[in-house]
Amino acid sequence: MTAASATARASSSSTPGTPAAGAQASGTVSSGAAPAGATAAAAPVSLRGIGRAFASQSGARQVLRDIDLEIAAGEIVAILGPSGCGKSTLLRIAGGLDQPTQGTALIDGEAVRPFDPRSAVGFQEPRLLPWRTIENNVALGLPRGTAKAAGREQVARLLDLVGLADFAGHRPREVSGGMAQRTSLARALARNPAVLLLDEPFGALDALTRLKMQDLLLDVHAAEPATVLLVTHDVDEALQLADRVILLGHEGDTPGAVVTQTIVVPGHRPRDRGSAELAELRGRLLDGLGIDRHGSARGIETTTTIPHYPY
Amino acid sequence: MSASPTSTLVAPVRERTKLTSRRWFVFVGGALIPVAILATWQFVSTNGIVPVSQLPSPEMVWTAMIDLMQRGIFWHHIAISTQRVVIGFSIGAALGLLVGAIVGLSKLGDILLSPTLGALRAVPSLAWLPLLILWLKLGEESKITLIVIGSFFPVYTVVAGALRHVDRQLVEAGRAFGLDGVRLFTTVQLPAVIPATVSGLRLGLAQAWLFLVAAELLGASMGLGFLLTDSTNTGRLDRTFLAIVLLAVVGKLSDSLVGIFERWAVRRWA
Ligand SMILES: Nc1ncnc2c1ncn2[C@@H]1O[C@H](COP(=O)(O)OP(=O)(O)OP(=O)(O)O)[C@@H](O)[C@H]1O
Ligand SMILES: [Mg+2]
Repeated sequence: MTAASATARASSSSTPGTPAAGAQASGTVSSGAAPAGATAAAAPVSLRGIGRAFASQSGARQVLRDIDLEIAAGEIVAILGPSGCGKSTLLRIAGGLDQPTQGTALIDGEAVRPFDPRSAVGFQEPRLLPWRTIENNVALGLPRGTAKAAGREQVARLLDLVGLADFAGHRPREVSGGMAQRTSLARALARNPAVLLLDEPFGALDALTRLKMQDLLLDVHAAEPATVLLVTHDVDEALQLADRVILLGHEGDTPGAVVTQTIVVPGHRPRDRGSAELAELRGRLLDGLGIDRHGSARGIETTTTIPHYPY
Repeated sequence: MSASPTSTLVAPVRERTKLTSRRWFVFVGGALIPVAILATWQFVSTNGIVPVSQLPSPEMVWTAMIDLMQRGIFWHHIAISTQRVVIGFSIGAALGLLVGAIVGLSKLGDILLSPTLGALRAVPSLAWLPLLILWLKLGEESKITLIVIGSFFPVYTVVAGALRHVDRQLVEAGRAFGLDGVRLFTTVQLPAVIPATVSGLRLGLAQAWLFLVAAELLGASMGLGFLLTDSTNTGRLDRTFLAIVLLAVVGKLSDSLVGIFERWAVRRWA
């Protein structure tokens, strides 16, 4: 245990993310609106040999196994995988909402605590309190001890960011599904966490709003860097947002999903959505998800110019 | 557009209200059957179809009421019964909320308490009477205790059940955002069960009026339940009818009051 945390600390200090991220944060507009005393620097996340089995009538059912993942502070990692492969479960383990049956999860070299205060979760479902207004639902995310005025300002700023300023006083049942999901995202952002865990945060959005929200997430990340774990179904979204894309899937007949592919996305954000490089990675990811890209039939070359990770 | 001078570009939204949601229709519709019953009652009792010794006419009941008013005891009956219900219901509902919260929130509380309470709930009201009179004598205490028992169980049952079934996902979200203990309770669980709790209070109040009659069966010298049994024993069927009508009216009135509160609570919290 001691050895493990020592290596984690060593690896975190060697990543260039931390100091760069801190410098970035202090120079941006939004840092002024951030609640005092709650600005958490991004923290590295380590998943070591994570496995999760759920009890079922026919004994234990292994959902995840042997997941090893080192995420640097401030990095954005996208998790892709077919439905039901355990993406949400992995995210919940990283946030201390669920305990792994094998392995350990660490944030900043320390074991993840139940409902770890260092992380904030954007759930797959909006999970808003129906009796609270949109505004007060976002305020729920504010860190404990935020001053009233600063909190109100922060909430107003976030609502503005996600385009819901006009709906601050509405109840969740009075807004659309996509708006509820944006509220949920704003609530997670209000936490200003060291680790941001987002479970398909843009799943219920139309294509256009989705693109806007992706850019928004990148802006927020640039201003207040957090380590982001992002579950998504959308290959393009993963490539647009992430430094690294992790593909979860099954290998052979052994039960339990593992990391089947890791792709480091080249280039800096925001990326050109139409770049050829991304198009090729996209093909590789779709391939990994077992989806026919219908490309080679038209004579388009599928040679690899980008080497597989690790280089 | 020209309808309201203060309106901006947006025309006022006027949804056509359906007939069944118009106030006057709800009122008239609800009064229809009572009026029909009253008319039948009048007809049957004055035409000699049923002898007056078995069914006094509405007019006789009315006269009985005027008579009691002139003796100055009519309002006393109502006041003393209302007082018993209010005190008994307040205590019973408070206990029901407290114990319901313990059983609904704590697994241990559930294991320890719910079998016993489930068994006690099954005991009918009349079964408590002899014991209460033996222990607490014939004073107010025994009557109020019976009403406490009556109003406790509906409130306890509904609150415990509602707390047990608060949306797990919402509770988990609350925890994920740093809430626990009292703060989790007041932020997530309590608001989530308010509508159900008010329904439980409504049931408890109805039960309080039912238990009142049982409480006043023995050893009372005032109250609607006393009026009911006493007039039956002395052969004053008109007063018996009066007591029944009064119990129905007063019970319905108090229920309506809680009903207004309930509608507000559902709108505010659900
Ligand atoms: N609390 C639980 N008890 C039992 N089984 C569970 C539990 N939570 C998840 N599972 C199982 O774990 C598997 C993975 O679930 P998970 O929600 O992580 O999938 P997912 O990859 O997020 O899927 P989706 O993309 O559809 O959201 C599923 O087969 C599910 O049945
Ligand atoms: Mg999921």
